[in-house]
Amino acid sequence: MSRQSNRATDSKKMNSELFTLTYGALVTQLCKDYENDEEVNKQLDKMGYNIGVRLIEDFLARSSVGRCHDFRETADVIAKVAFKMYLGITPSVTNWSPAGDEFSLILESNPLVDFVELPDNHSNLVYSSLLCGVLRGALEMVQMAVDVRFAQDTLRGDNVTEIRMKFIKRIEENLPVGDE
Amino acid sequence: MACVSAAEPERQQKIRSWMGHFRLVKCSPGSFDACSGSCRVSLRTDAVRKMTVHNLYIFDRNGSCLHYSEWNRKKQAGISKEEEFKLMYGMLFSIRSFISKMSPLDMKDGFLAFQTSRYKLHYYETPTGIKLVMNTDLGVPNCRDTLQQIYSTLYVEYIVKNPLCVLGESLQSDLFSSKLDSFIRALPFFSVRAA
Repeated sequence: MSRQSNRATDSKKMNSELFTLTYGALVTQLCKDYENDEEVNKQLDKMGYNIGVRLIEDFLARSSVGRCHDFRETADVIAKVAFKMYLGITPSVTNWSPAGDEFSLILESNPLVDFVELPDNHSNLVYSSLLCGVLRGALEMVQMAVDVRFAQDTLRGDNVTEIRMKFIKRIEENLPVGDE
Repeated sequence: MACVSAAEPERQQKIRSWMGHFRLVKCSPGSFDACSGSCRVSLRTDAVRKMTVHNLYIFDRNGSCLHYSEWNRKKQAGISKEEEFKLMYGMLFSIRSFISKMSPLDMKDGFLAFQTSRYKLHYYETPTGIKLVMNTDLGVPNCRDTLQQIYSTLYVEYIVKNPLCVLGESLQSDLFSSKLDSFIRALPFFSVRAA
């Protein structure tokens, strides 16, 4: 019995290590290819966007979450359902702006940055930019334009990782233009 | 599933009382058939009634038709396929906005289905704007879960998770088409020959 559970936790640990190492290899290769931190950040964001656009469909298929009625509900679903499903962590939702259109996700741990230290010559690199792109792409597919950025990053010396998300506007669906 | 000849009144009575439990009954001419959900009983003397799926459309959020298959369509629309897809999408868009405007109560799920005297159109839409439309005959009860299953086990698995499939264009995946075809044919309310 205990052997079975060891194997289960071992395989989970294996998967997350493989994931962390794969992401690290990706960022390293991008740094070699582009040699400019800003460019790497942009590329990571773009890749994240492409992931997010598809990930949202998988998310909707696997969770039975319906349409969210407001931004607060969206924030709760992102933190409690989506992050838990894909990264196994549950960030907390805090720092709501007075208008209710901006909030922060505080991540105690970030599985992407296990074992990672930023070297001095890459001080502008936002290592987990992929996450920003994923959130942006996924929300765009459910008609929400948002701006996502890292406000605090443990790799840059802060205590926690903080992702700041701001609601920009609702994307209205348009009737396709006819040919005639 | 029972099949009763019309010449046994006592058994007819018994069958009538447990009609509600039956789904689809295959009958020979001159006997009862019943459908659960509506508890309709009709005496058919000629062709047997079978339930079936006529066709299926999948649209994306921009109105492009990603996929169309038909199984039992006896009458064509008389216009080209592109026009038909545009007509279908335009109708769905108008119905959805009509429904939300005219609803006397707060909207929950919105548009579910419409039915005519010959067929029923079932509709399912995801929050990402993927719309699944299935035309079946009248015997089929609510099949939103079927459409949701098509979305989650077929569309997401074979299209979204395939990096070579470009989203937003007509789907080119043979695997998806064949899996969808076998899924539809395996449905309990599908039969090859419509009434």
